[in-house]
Amino acid sequence: MKLYLKIWRQKDANSKGAMVDYTLNGVESDMSFLEMLDILNEELISKGEEPVEFDHDCREGICGTCSLMINGRPHGPDSLITVCQLHMRSFNDGDEIVIEPWRATAFPVIKDLIVDRSAFERIQQAGGYISVNTSGRPVDANAIPIEKDMADQSFNAATCIGCGACVAACKNASAMLFTSAKVSQFALLPQGRVEAAERVQNMVRQMDLEGFGNCTNTGACEVECPKGISLENIARMNREYLSATTKG
Amino acid sequence: MVKPARMSGLIKSSIARKVVMALSGLFLVIFLVLHVTINLASVISPDFFNEASHFMGYNPLVQYLMQPILIIGVIVHFVMGFVLEIQNKKARSVRYVKFKGSANAPWVSRNMIYSGLVVLAFLGLHFYDFWVHEMTYKYIEILPEDPTRYYAETVEKFAPMWRTLIYVVAFVLLALHLWHGFASSFQTMGVNNKYSKGIKTFTQLFAVVVPLAFAFIAIYHHLNPITH
Repeated sequence: MKLYLKIWRQKDANSKGAMVDYTLNGVESDMSFLEMLDILNEELISKGEEPVEFDHDCREGICGTCSLMINGRPHGPDSLITVCQLHMRSFNDGDEIVIEPWRATAFPVIKDLIVDRSAFERIQQAGGYISVNTSGRPVDANAIPIEKDMADQSFNAATCIGCGACVAACKNASAMLFTSAKVSQFALLPQGRVEAAERVQNMVRQMDLEGFGNCTNTGACEVECPKGISLENIARMNREYLSATTKG
Repeated sequence: MVKPARMSGLIKSSIARKVVMALSGLFLVIFLVLHVTINLASVISPDFFNEASHFMGYNPLVQYLMQPILIIGVIVHFVMGFVLEIQNKKARSVRYVKFKGSANAPWVSRNMIYSGLVVLAFLGLHFYDFWVHEMTYKYIEILPEDPTRYYAETVEKFAPMWRTLIYVVAFVLLALHLWHGFASSFQTMGVNNKYSKGIKTFTQLFAVVVPLAFAFIAIYHHLNPITH
């Protein structure tokens, strides 16, 4: 397979980047997308050129590290997968593939295709936890009966891997799907209800401070989320937020 | 966990701004129902249309309470729309070289600002045609009350082809705006449950029927001028 790659190259956070063209031969259809980039980088290194920097870690779709905009879609053309789970069989010989980093003011480019997603961590730190007394005799979480449906919904929200595809896909670079998943996973459980009002207000406040855009309910985030996080979470966060703020 | 500053979020947060957008939008949707109902009377019964228009034009409650609220509603909706749009543009300072928006979201939801701008531009013409005319009649020229003038004035407005065409185009854009906006406001207000499918179906029906009725009225009057 011969591919024509257009890749965003940017020396560092302060440099101006540009798209650079590469032609890559010998790509096999059973390679993963990241393996294809590995081969490109080996070629570049052997030619004495700087390899293309990209984020990756587990390469099995659970860490949320790989973050590439491929031909205008986060994580590429397939559904419910991350870039590391995308295989070259989804492309054809002679294809042009445009590869860019996530684009959001809150996710500045560090180098080439790597962006700084610590904004998500700060949102999480603002309230994405429960306060548990770990000294003495902590109560076993399983001692509290929880309705199966609620537990499932909470678990589904908790499958968010924080990859940032929702922000990347949103025309407004909104982080509502991520934040709402993190709010929901606690809001649905009795342990999370204790600090629910403070949590949602603090996390939304941090989300706004980071400079993410506003949600216009296009639903692009839900379609592109590799974990299928539902828009129901955004509605739940809105309910939680309105209830928390109006009650003071 | 840190206690959030009381109530500040209700004014400044992104969710609060979205709620303002949703509530003002829903208010305008209710107004559209009233508007289209009275307009339909102009096709069915000119006398009733004159009566209803006269009531709307001279009832103090409508004039001094409902009208200002409506104008505020329109202003809040479009000013907030611009504020949100500017913030959204800022949230992506560097744009993608390739962005396939159509792969994951419908055109109407991605282009609310443009359908909204067309409707806003139309409102300028619409205000000039009817509201400015009314204000001039009542408060500048101070002409006497005439409960029978409305039907003829309305039909006359649609005599020129260009005005009828502009109105119809604006109604198409209004339909696109409603197609996303109506159901979207429920999602913003936190409603996403077993009724959501019904709300979406109702939204689509509403988005077609109401603008279609407006367009029908404009075309009807264009094709049926008063001859005497």
